[in-house]
Amino acid sequence: MLQRSSKHPQQRLTLGQRLLRDRVLLLFALPGTALIIAFHYVPLLGNVIAFKDYQPFLGIGASDWSGWANFSVIFNGDPAFLRALKNTLILTGLQSVFVFPAPILLALLLNSLFSERIKRIAQSILYLPHFMSWVIVVALFQQMLGGSGLLNNYLRSHDLTTIDIIGNSELFHVLLTSQIIWKDTGWATILFLAALSQIDSQLYEAASVDGASRMKQLWHVTLPGLRGIIILLFILRLGDSLTVGFEQIILQQQAVGRDVSEVLDTYVYNNGVLGGAWGVAAAVGLVKGIVGVILVLTANKVAHMFGEQGVYQR
Amino acid sequence: MSRKIVQGVPMPSWPMRIFKGFVLLIFCAVVIIPFVGVISTSVAPNKQINESGGLVLLPKSINFSAYESLFAGGVVTRALFVSIFVTIVGTLLSLTVSCLLAYALARPGFSAGRPILLVVLFSMLFSPGIIPLYLTVKGVGLLDSIWALIVPTMISAFNVVVLRAFFMNLPNEITESARIDGAGELKTFSYIVLPLSKAVLSVIGLFYAVAYWNAFFSALLYLNDSKLWPLQLVLRTYVINDTQLGSAELGTELLPPQASIQMAILVVSIVPILIIYPFLQRHFAKGVLTGAVKG
Repeated sequence: MLQRSSKHPQQRLTLGQRLLRDRVLLLFALPGTALIIAFHYVPLLGNVIAFKDYQPFLGIGASDWSGWANFSVIFNGDPAFLRALKNTLILTGLQSVFVFPAPILLALLLNSLFSERIKRIAQSILYLPHFMSWVIVVALFQQMLGGSGLLNNYLRSHDLTTIDIIGNSELFHVLLTSQIIWKDTGWATILFLAALSQIDSQLYEAASVDGASRMKQLWHVTLPGLRGIIILLFILRLGDSLTVGFEQIILQQQAVGRDVSEVLDTYVYNNGVLGGAWGVAAAVGLVKGIVGVILVLTANKVAHMFGEQGVYQR
Repeated sequence: MSRKIVQGVPMPSWPMRIFKGFVLLIFCAVVIIPFVGVISTSVAPNKQINESGGLVLLPKSINFSAYESLFAGGVVTRALFVSIFVTIVGTLLSLTVSCLLAYALARPGFSAGRPILLVVLFSMLFSPGIIPLYLTVKGVGLLDSIWALIVPTMISAFNVVVLRAFFMNLPNEITESARIDGAGELKTFSYIVLPLSKAVLSVIGLFYAVAYWNAFFSALLYLNDSKLWPLQLVLRTYVINDTQLGSAELGTELLPPQASIQMAILVVSIVPILIIYPFLQRHFAKGVLTGAVKG
């Protein structure tokens, strides 16, 4: 009797009995699950207002259905929407070309250092900006590069022409990109350094016995070792490609105006929360979310076709 | 983590090593100089700030008058209390809720484990969208309440996954023996599992704490009442948007130059992170990697 029940303890219990047995664990899981459902899945349902003529005083239920009317800014190519889309895509492009490879290069540099101590000191310094809020990062950039910032003070005291970088709409996209590089390049090296430490040192020995130079070793041993993690991170990045830093941009929007700074997220915030065009803003947000999920799924599929693991299996 | 020096690989040439050192030095300087400039300006004498026209890299003497006016009981003092409250209470709540959920999900044979795990994992795949999230927070009556800074962001699915991976790696025999000795789930969790998890608890706790301290988005979205503003919003208004802080906002008659007050607000919001950073650093690589590998 005892033996049998310990062998298949669950077969004799119905689901109800098992849940009753696990009531303490259910109680443990309850608050966390409830929070995730309340602030992640319930808002998902709230997206129905994209199809409604939402009136705040009526509430979601009582507002009239409006069909696809809210989506007309997207389908008819409303100029304000197109401007936001264009800026988003420009920033995504800049980030893929400049922000994405930066930590890979820095990780290769750190990894090639022979002194463990210097490596560790450099890492502690380079990780630090990641823990600063966007407000602090933007404020620091203003202090460094702004009109009365350190750079211009230096130029002025040496009788050179000053340059206005903050608040210059032509340089705004470059400024945003360099802020991201400053903030997160160091931190992003963690994963690459871990992947580098996984590479079998015998591969390097074998390569050097075969007469491979250090450059050749980098090309034939190191980079293939990083391939999996690079592809994985690129897929995750793709899923976020329509999300380009809400906090960072909203903080600096005033200085340069919406022409160059409006992206999809700020469009949703400005038109919905501030402007009261709830339905339209929700429609844009919904389309953005769906496109993001489609991009991840597609990218994952492509990764599998190339025989890589991707984010999840199959 | 540490890479062994590979035998048989030639040391790089001297010019190469000097070049690398130089590049690294520039990177580190680019990171450090802004912090040095801000801290120096906040304590520099007024005369020097006026002469330099803004930022000071090396103060000639040190005075704390900017800090004295900040802590005189005005806007900044109030925001500081809000930020400290949100960070401490939020972190404790987040840790409790996340650990309980992660522990339940880590138990083998928990009948509802699989569906709940899927609920957690799927939530990482998409974000709900600004507008519906705002309406939900409004719907539950959190708008213009300090709890709007805590409750919507209380649990992070990523952190739950990291905690779960750690709990699952604890040797099964320990919890089994506790069970045989008659300990229930709550006892096993609080007397056996939690004390064994100090490392991961400190990493996740500090991740939560940094997130609460730095939160700007929720404050901007959910708080209209400036009395509830955390430090980050004060920072935006008075440093980034350059709104002048007068004696009314500061609650003091004595007014140091705007530049040093602004830099002092910046320092006040940076210093707590600088203080916990050394503790955080010892563990974080490990914590991040558990999440990335096991996720």
